[in-house]
Amino acid sequence: MGRAVSSGSAAAWLAEPQGAARELRFYARVFARSGASLLGLGLVALFLLLAALGPWIVPYPEDARGAVHLDQKLQPPSARHWFGTDEVGTDIYTRVVLGARVSLQIGLIITLLATALGVPLGIVAGYVGGPLGETIMRVTDVFLSVPALVLALAIVGALGPGIVNAIVALGLVWWPGYVRLVQSKTLALKGQVFVEAARAVGTGRLRIVFVHILPNCVSPITVKASMDMGSAILAAAGLGFIGLGAQPPYPEWGAMISHGRNYLPTWWWYSAFPGLFIYLTVLGFNLLGDGLRDILDPQSRG
Amino acid sequence: MLGYLARRVLLLGLMLFGLLCITFAISHVAPGDPARLAAGPDATASMVEKIRAEYGLDRPLPVQFGQYLRGVLSGDLGRSLRTRETVAADLARYFPNTFELVTGAMLLAVGLGVPLGILSAVYRDTWVDQLTRVVSVSGIAIPAFWAGLMLQLLLALHLGILPLGGRLGLMTAPPAPVTHLLVVDALLGGHWRVLGDALAHAVLPTVTLCFPALASIVRVNRAEMLETLKQDYIVNARAQGVSELRIVARYALRNAMIPTLAMIGLRYGWMLGGTVLVETVFDWPGIGLYAVASAVSSDFQPIMGVTLVIGLNFMLANFVVDLAYGWLDPRVRSSMSA
Repeated sequence: MGRAVSSGSAAAWLAEPQGAARELRFYARVFARSGASLLGLGLVALFLLLAALGPWIVPYPEDARGAVHLDQKLQPPSARHWFGTDEVGTDIYTRVVLGARVSLQIGLIITLLATALGVPLGIVAGYVGGPLGETIMRVTDVFLSVPALVLALAIVGALGPGIVNAIVALGLVWWPGYVRLVQSKTLALKGQVFVEAARAVGTGRLRIVFVHILPNCVSPITVKASMDMGSAILAAAGLGFIGLGAQPPYPEWGAMISHGRNYLPTWWWYSAFPGLFIYLTVLGFNLLGDGLRDILDPQSRG
Repeated sequence: MLGYLARRVLLLGLMLFGLLCITFAISHVAPGDPARLAAGPDATASMVEKIRAEYGLDRPLPVQFGQYLRGVLSGDLGRSLRTRETVAADLARYFPNTFELVTGAMLLAVGLGVPLGILSAVYRDTWVDQLTRVVSVSGIAIPAFWAGLMLQLLLALHLGILPLGGRLGLMTAPPAPVTHLLVVDALLGGHWRVLGDALAHAVLPTVTLCFPALASIVRVNRAEMLETLKQDYIVNARAQGVSELRIVARYALRNAMIPTLAMIGLRYGWMLGGTVLVETVFDWPGIGLYAVASAVSSDFQPIMGVTLVIGLNFMLANFVVDLAYGWLDPRVRSSMSA
């Protein structure tokens, strides 16, 4: 959430003949001006690293594969076990770090599913319009009228608990936001002079959509996708927590918190650390989304 | 205003029909055999077939949909395998508790969020603003169920100043039901001890549930106030010597409230979703806990009932917000009735 760049000087700056590198430098400057954006980028980078390198950097990789050390069960955080151990003596730090890969994958798949469903529908609703567009928008409204988590709960209830079903359910309820976003953006672009000009010289519909409309929708979609990575991770953890998502001993943060809940208050570290990691991941994606909005979509800055 | 109202009512009916289509699709079209689910995990093949015929599940889908619509409209939402009650009776028992929780949390979120948003905008970039923004970003990112657990750990288990969960203590008898809202009933009957106990049990779940909504209300209200305070008419009012308090409270707030109201409507729905998790943490006997307990034991019809009730509530909330919108902003009214 950087301060607004004074529009006069920015416009003059951008109006100069410029290369892509120069534009990038401008974006980087706006982005770096906000400490919050940098913090978000740092957190996201950190968790991507944890997800990529997890198995090689954790102290006890065998603990994720069901190792049991009953002599070390429920130990408080120490130099040997940074986040303590659980009821079978598994190192919680190891499991939480490996959980980063699980949660990021879940978030990514849900967000991809949602964009894959939502963006084409939004473009059709906005560009083709008519009764078809109207129908798409009304259906979208209905889906938006039930909280995503409740609808996902209903779908998982029908399909049965499990991590794959939880991802499918959340993906199926996550797309309506993208339809709304892309439809309104497409409607606005459709009236722009450059689209009209393209139409006037006989450019085909598909070409207009792919060359003129879609590229201009990329910025708001990116911003929303970044925010949604966070909320999808949060929702999947929620399903894990109520026992409908990932099942223990799978290292998923929500399921870990739910399991650790039985060991409160004495063995508090069991639930505390997975939750802290969820918080930091979601915080990172939200701050990054805010920062991206500042540079990509300055008009809608809140 | 009347034309606007009529259009809104029509839209509400249409949305409700759409919602019924979704719940029907999930319960009848999705893989996972509803007769199998209704019969329970231990049923034999012939029992499943019997139930299939009894519920009309062997007929064509459009016929089934007609049956489903007639059932729902006459208040028949099926029966819970777990509680052995009709879903409608269960919902009537649990819904008031959820309503109390969500209403309390929303009142708290609006009561704190709007003033905080104003303060944050008026004292922009001071420590007040920075602090408020940290709180509001965290509120969205923190997992509510985890925050609830940590509050429980600190305030109930370690310090022991608040109860751990549930709606009332074991030693407290509920008051005679009038409205079925415990706090209101205790107040009406003058049962002060019950009221105190009910409120003590409500503190942690209400605070936990309110946090994400509080965060987004602050965010939107701050942004809108900043935008409004830059407008010419505010500058003009200031030049005419109108007091700062009057400018903020009377001139700016009214305009800033319109997008804030939309956010409140939206957040009400999210809260109904969030209540599923918060009720699970605090063992709060509402429809969220009911839905989770049903989902975990593959008891299908209660989940559909809860989905319908929550969807209907969200639609009604947005309906009220739309009306308030039309009342606050005449332009909305005219564009909708045109």
